[in-house]
Amino acid sequence: MQTTSDEVLIARIAGGDRLAMQVLFARHHVRVYRFVLRLVRNEATAEDLISDVFLDIWRQADKFEGRSAVSTWMLSIARFKALSVLRKRPEQELDDETAERIEDQADDPETALAKKDKGAVLRQCLSALSAEHREIVDLVYYHEKSVEEVAGIVGIPEATVKTRMFYARKKLSELLKERGIDRGWP
Amino acid sequence: MNTTNKEAHSDIEELLPWHAAGTLSRSDARRVEEALAGDPELAHRYALVRDEFGETIHLNETLGAPSAHAMENLFAKIDAEPARRPAMSFNLVARAAEFFASFSPRTLAFAGGAAVLAILLQAGIIASVVIKEKSVGGYETASAPSTDPGVGAFTLIRFAPQASGDDITKFLEANKFSVTGGPMAGGLYKVRVSMTALPKADLANLVKKLQGERIVTFIATTE
Repeated sequence: MQTTSDEVLIARIAGGDRLAMQVLFARHHVRVYRFVLRLVRNEATAEDLISDVFLDIWRQADKFEGRSAVSTWMLSIARFKALSVLRKRPEQELDDETAERIEDQADDPETALAKKDKGAVLRQCLSALSAEHREIVDLVYYHEKSVEEVAGIVGIPEATVKTRMFYARKKLSELLKERGIDRGWP
Repeated sequence: MNTTNKEAHSDIEELLPWHAAGTLSRSDARRVEEALAGDPELAHRYALVRDEFGETIHLNETLGAPSAHAMENLFAKIDAEPARRPAMSFNLVARAAEFFASFSPRTLAFAGGAAVLAILLQAGIIASVVIKEKSVGGYETASAPSTDPGVGAFTLIRFAPQASGDDITKFLEANKFSVTGGPMAGGLYKVRVSMTALPKADLANLVKKLQGERIVTFIATTE
């Protein structure tokens, strides 16, 4: 079975097709939500934001030129909106329940280490990265964005994308070392 | 001097995360493969990248999903929007032509390749399902391995983008694995690696072994 491409859906949305909007939303809203949640760290805010992101897509569909993938365009809009919220509320308190989930449902570092579960510690360290580093790690590994696409979403040169990812990974190694795991790099 | 040799890193090393995610161009992927083949230290660092890659997916997959209210809110907002002007000049064919003209040849080539892979993967999955169903028809003792798709030992696998459907089918058959779900977010497939539940250590060893398979770019245990 062949599914309708995102680009075709956007063209239909530009013509006011609500069904196309539903399909696009169903296809992408979870990933957009997770991307935004990792930035704002509040489930209610993230949920509000995805409505806003898709409303922008509804409004701007006729301006989409196809120079990037639709998912890349969506993440650009989502990032802009998430950063706008963070700028308004820089001291936004982290919802405890959300934080627990973001910090992973794993054990605390000591317990996890005792279980020799390196993966759980690694996930905790991934959550402990700065927003800038979390963002680039997620875009590369989870959202599968190329160097060029990340540069477009974040608005930085491609060379900076590579070095930022390198330093995010370096920071990750440092955090792991603090928790007793020496990866032997860098 | 602040920059020590230890901190120095090569262009190739910077590309490792994208190589793990399968988002490099063919030429860059080839450069990385060649470098990995001749440099054990780089190969060790690539193993670290693959760990990060897997755990980042794991972490994101535990984040859950928004409630149904998100969609309700969206369509309430859309309903409140001013009526859209009739698209008198809207011409789908012209738009489509303009669309495809704006893509680079490389993007089109990747899109084509991805589509072919998706079709071949589906064919492989359907074939495995048919084979499995055929095997169910015969006489079974009560102690025979269960064909219940929920029973056994499972992993999440992401296959190399360059792997063909034939490669994947051969890999599954050679190891007596079967695809029981997917594709999921991140191009992951749920693969049953044993018809019976395995001890955690045995499953971990199997996953470690399969990490060395060229066809597998990501693998993790799952339930």
